[in-house]
Amino acid sequence: MELFLQLTLTGLTNGAILALAALGFVLIYKASDVINFAQGEFLLIGAYLIYAMVVQFGLHWTLGMVITLLIAILLGVLIERLILRPMIGEPLISVIMVTIGLSSLLRAVVSTIWGNLPQAFPSFIPTQAVQILGAKVGADRLWAIGIAMLMLLVFNLFFSKSKEGIAMRAVADDQTAALSMGISVSHIFAWAWALAAVSAAIAGALVANIVGVGPELSNFGLRVFPVVILGGLDSIPGAIIGGIIIGLLEAYTGGYIGQGLNQVLPFIILILILMIRPYGLFGKEIIERV
Amino acid sequence: MLSLNNVEVIYNKVILVLKGMSLQVPQGKIVALLGSNGAGKSTTLKAISGLLKPDNGEVTDGSIEFMGERIHHRDAAEIVRMGIFQVMEGRRVFEHLTVEENLIAGGYTRRGLNLNRELEMVYHYFPRLKERRTQRAGYLSGGEQQMLAIGRALMAQPRLMMLDEPSLGLAPLLVAEIFHIIQRINQEQGTTLLLVEQNANLALQVADYAYIMENGRIVLEGYPNDLRQNADVREFYLGLSEVGQRKSYREVKHYKRRKRWLS
Ligand SMILES: Nc1ncnc2c1ncn2[C@@H]1O[C@H](COP(=O)(O)OP(=O)(O)O)[C@@H](O)[C@H]1O
Ligand SMILES: [Mg+2]
Repeated sequence: MELFLQLTLTGLTNGAILALAALGFVLIYKASDVINFAQGEFLLIGAYLIYAMVVQFGLHWTLGMVITLLIAILLGVLIERLILRPMIGEPLISVIMVTIGLSSLLRAVVSTIWGNLPQAFPSFIPTQAVQILGAKVGADRLWAIGIAMLMLLVFNLFFSKSKEGIAMRAVADDQTAALSMGISVSHIFAWAWALAAVSAAIAGALVANIVGVGPELSNFGLRVFPVVILGGLDSIPGAIIGGIIIGLLEAYTGGYIGQGLNQVLPFIILILILMIRPYGLFGKEIIERV
Repeated sequence: MLSLNNVEVIYNKVILVLKGMSLQVPQGKIVALLGSNGAGKSTTLKAISGLLKPDNGEVTDGSIEFMGERIHHRDAAEIVRMGIFQVMEGRRVFEHLTVEENLIAGGYTRRGLNLNRELEMVYHYFPRLKERRTQRAGYLSGGEQQMLAIGRALMAQPRLMMLDEPSLGLAPLLVAEIFHIIQRINQEQGTTLLLVEQNANLALQVADYAYIMENGRIVLEGYPNDLRQNADVREFYLGLSEVGQRKSYREVKHYKRRKRWLS
């Protein structure tokens, strides 16, 4: 029972972080049909930025987080403006290749600035162990779950209530129709990239707090794929639930069956689910009226 | 209010579709633009609203002026903000958004918009949309989708609303209802309308003035009553043969029309 709780909490933490990383991916895909292979690098950059703010510049983590997010927004907007916008109208495969190139570029920039060695750093979020129903977990993990959930809630509200959020979904539905009501599609794409960078940066900061920073954090980019394919490439609730399912699955297989298998199992489950629901659990159904 | 002078539009750098298109839309009126399939009606509207770009089309000659300003080099968002709103052919509602979200998207360019008041205004014209406000637009009937498309335009409070074939694919009763509402919007909101139709009979009933286009240019224009008397119009657009027998359309109702146009 204790082990189960322990694994559940670990799984939820990883799941929440995965969900945040996946959210950005879904945003970009939803708004512009672009599959962003650089999502893992956004997370990497977020992690290193918070490391730089807290460790190298000695800022308080809240301030460091604010600056990290501002830089992430700027980065997202710049990438959209300078790299993606000139690609509008090009074949999708070229655009995808560009994001792969972008991921190598960002990784190179990170390793030039911060080197290739993993760096541990004192957790900025409290880490003392907390007892929950007999299981011991680090408070930082609870924080990670809390912050990730809060962010997901905020994003959800943004999409259902705010004008910009609704406009973003409108663009995802029908670009030309959105244009006809004065919604600037390029402006919306910039929003999507900025929000993707922000959610990845938050995920990166949360990971960095738990395990430190290192180049291998960009692997999260790959782990996002089972999550989004499971949840449906264009579904925000799908990203959240997909993230949590994969996080829990990894933790349970790792704990009960053995390490190693936990890296494979998500993909096996993924294939099984896709056999039943090809659009993913929450993928957008094609509406057909009679 | 709006005037097109000798406008030329080319698609993909080679296909010349509008060949010297000219028309005027005076403030407060309903102007109909008629013509058969492929005549260039939608292209004309897109040239005005700046929506040629996604279709790889371009205005290569002539001028388009709105309220005294040349607009054909402006982008679509700017043109909406100037007060021109095109209701696209085929309704194009956002299927995965609810009715109300569709309307909110329609009001995107409005600053300091009183959302509830504007929504109520749309629901006042289209009570059926209110009943379905939380439903996804993809599940509405064709008529309701057309109402939603017009409602979206109302949310932007345009000075000029351009409707591209609002009757397309709808049952006659619904079409009559929608045309009636269009007339009310024109009278009550003071919205100027440019109405594109293949259904000449209906359009001539509501319009103050009409243009007929063929093959990328205007071939005939006039007041609806005069056009109805024109032999070619009777034969080709109203489906009446010269002897005055009915062909396929119901006999044109003679409308007593105040000639507000002239006064
Ligand atoms: N995107 C496009 N690229 C090339 N040709 C087009 C395009 N859109 C329309 N056309 C051509 O322009 C002509 C006029 O089309 P359109 O304006 O849609 O006519 P209408 O609305 O009167 O039916 C047609 O011959 C059509 O084939
Ligand atoms: Mg057309």
